[in-house]
Amino acid sequence: MTDSMVSIRNVSKSFGSFVAVDDVSFDIRPNEFFALLGPSGCGKTTLLRMIAGLETTTEGEIFIDGEEMSTVPPNRRPVNMVFQSYAVFPHMSVEDNVAYGLKVAGHPRNEIAPLVAEALDMVQLPGLAKRKPDQLSGGQRQRVALARALVKRPKVLLLDEPLSALDAKLREHMQLELAHLQQRVGITFIIVTHDQDEALSMADRVAVMESGKIRQIDEPGTMYENPTNRFVADFIGRVNLLDASVTSTPGTDVVVAIDGIGAVPVPKAASASGKVCVAVRPEKIAVSKTEPEDTAIRARGRISDWAYYGDVSTMYVQIGGTRLSVLIQNETRETMNSLDIGDDVWVTWSPTDTLILDT
Amino acid sequence: MADTTAPAAPPARPAATRGWFRRRAQEPLAYGKRLWMRVFLFMTFALLYAPIITLVIFSFNDSRRNIVWRGFTLKYYERAWNNDGLFEAFVNSLTIAVVCTIFATIIGATVGLTLWRFRFPFKGAYEGFMALPIVIPEICMGVAMLVFFARIGWPTGMPWPFNLGSITIAHIAFSFPFVAVVVRARMAGFNRELEEASRDLGASEWQTFTGVILPYMRPGLIAGALLAFTLSLDDFVITFFTSGPDTVTFPVKVYSMVRFSVTPEVNAASTVLIVITMIATIIAMRLQAPHKTE
Repeated sequence: MTDSMVSIRNVSKSFGSFVAVDDVSFDIRPNEFFALLGPSGCGKTTLLRMIAGLETTTEGEIFIDGEEMSTVPPNRRPVNMVFQSYAVFPHMSVEDNVAYGLKVAGHPRNEIAPLVAEALDMVQLPGLAKRKPDQLSGGQRQRVALARALVKRPKVLLLDEPLSALDAKLREHMQLELAHLQQRVGITFIIVTHDQDEALSMADRVAVMESGKIRQIDEPGTMYENPTNRFVADFIGRVNLLDASVTSTPGTDVVVAIDGIGAVPVPKAASASGKVCVAVRPEKIAVSKTEPEDTAIRARGRISDWAYYGDVSTMYVQIGGTRLSVLIQNETRETMNSLDIGDDVWVTWSPTDTLILDT
Repeated sequence: MADTTAPAAPPARPAATRGWFRRRAQEPLAYGKRLWMRVFLFMTFALLYAPIITLVIFSFNDSRRNIVWRGFTLKYYERAWNNDGLFEAFVNSLTIAVVCTIFATIIGATVGLTLWRFRFPFKGAYEGFMALPIVIPEICMGVAMLVFFARIGWPTGMPWPFNLGSITIAHIAFSFPFVAVVVRARMAGFNRELEEASRDLGASEWQTFTGVILPYMRPGLIAGALLAFTLSLDDFVITFFTSGPDTVTFPVKVYSMVRFSVTPEVNAASTVLIVITMIATIIAMRLQAPHKTE
């Protein structure tokens, strides 16, 4: 139990016959920025609310800083939460909102004011202390919610989809700011999100959840490059998932036969036999009009579709019955003119960029 | 907006559409500029307020008969003030209304909160029965109350203000559902995350109630209290069945006076009542208005 700030032990939660969280166990380290990532309805918010004490656990235990929490009501837990709707009290000024948690805890009046000012400074909201929430923008309201939680100096800060209501530019800005803030205050952050960019860019470690279960917990880089199962590979980023079957296992390699591409040698995965799933990320694939030399994996196909995004384009290459998506950087202004729909091209990628996953 | 800023001059209109019957381009929501809408508005206001304005004007009429204008006077206000029976009825009505408002607001708010907050067996049935006094004909309520107080042997002939007890109870009984309905409607828009945020920030259930839920509920409470006050103040039917000879309220008194003749005295007293209700409404609306930030 040492070196763990939050410890989830065999926690389950059911609502009637629906199991929202299914026997989950993991640890969150002190000062970690931890992300719970998953599609909607996967149980990530329920898990967060159980840590906050807003839901009871059906089974299992939650420890915060070594203390078992099942009998501790939410107002006595050393955690604070930033709600998805921000839940800024509409009848109070910004200042009163931030002071609320200190006031109900019985802090003396003269101690509250400097703490509130400091918290507002921390989230870069000085000068708005007297405003009412309806005079604030969405981003400002979120900063109020953040200051209100941080002023309590919690051991763990919980964030429930904190950026989902902001527009894209502001979201990107807040991602960086939250990460910096976490480093500055040195509090454990747990963020719930369905946005993989958010999780990958901010978190030290990410847990991917699916229908109440944890599918993988890893650092963002490991999660992206070495997903352990098909769901994680598919959920995080874009991926080509190809059906294949193992034909032989010479030495450290596995030879798999992929429809339309043929036999391909791939570094050995743990339990590769029979029918498998081969995963390769679109940006790892190269496209050329001329036949490439000395590459282990190559195939000839025809460009069937093209999606242009400005900085990058996604090209779909049809190889027999298999459709591969390929991400190309529009490195020069001419890049998009050099290839077109209907062109015959060669696609290649390296065996080390290929993953074998259980189907 | 777009048509007013169009730079090009409109093409010349055919002669037939000029003048009075010319169709002008209308702004989409500017109904106030349309003739039929103005007529409709005027008629609504006339129907609503002409009787009241007439009543107020004739309270200043210097004539025993309330038909022809004979000059301005305040003597009927003086006479109404000095009419002991009328004055007593007036004080009775105000006393009942104030007590009824306090109790009806507390009970109604509690019921409204319960219905909003909790789930329990037979909640739908409970809600239906609770709202029954709103739909039951007043005459039935009145008779029921009369029978009820006679059956339990409610003591009569007590000193003022205790002799008003039965009327007050009857008024609370029919006005608290209105408060409950208003409070419940208000709470339906409450974001439950506010309550959770308060708990999460360390507040107890009671601190959450007084610090977050009650401030949100306040406009509903004020509206409900105002409703209860006016319902109690002008109720005739139910009061008529529960009042005795020594517990006459203002509406009952006016009714007995009008049976002989409609004198300007009645007009004067009614005008005072209207002014009191208007002042109460204005105060309530002031309290309800969001605070201006400095």
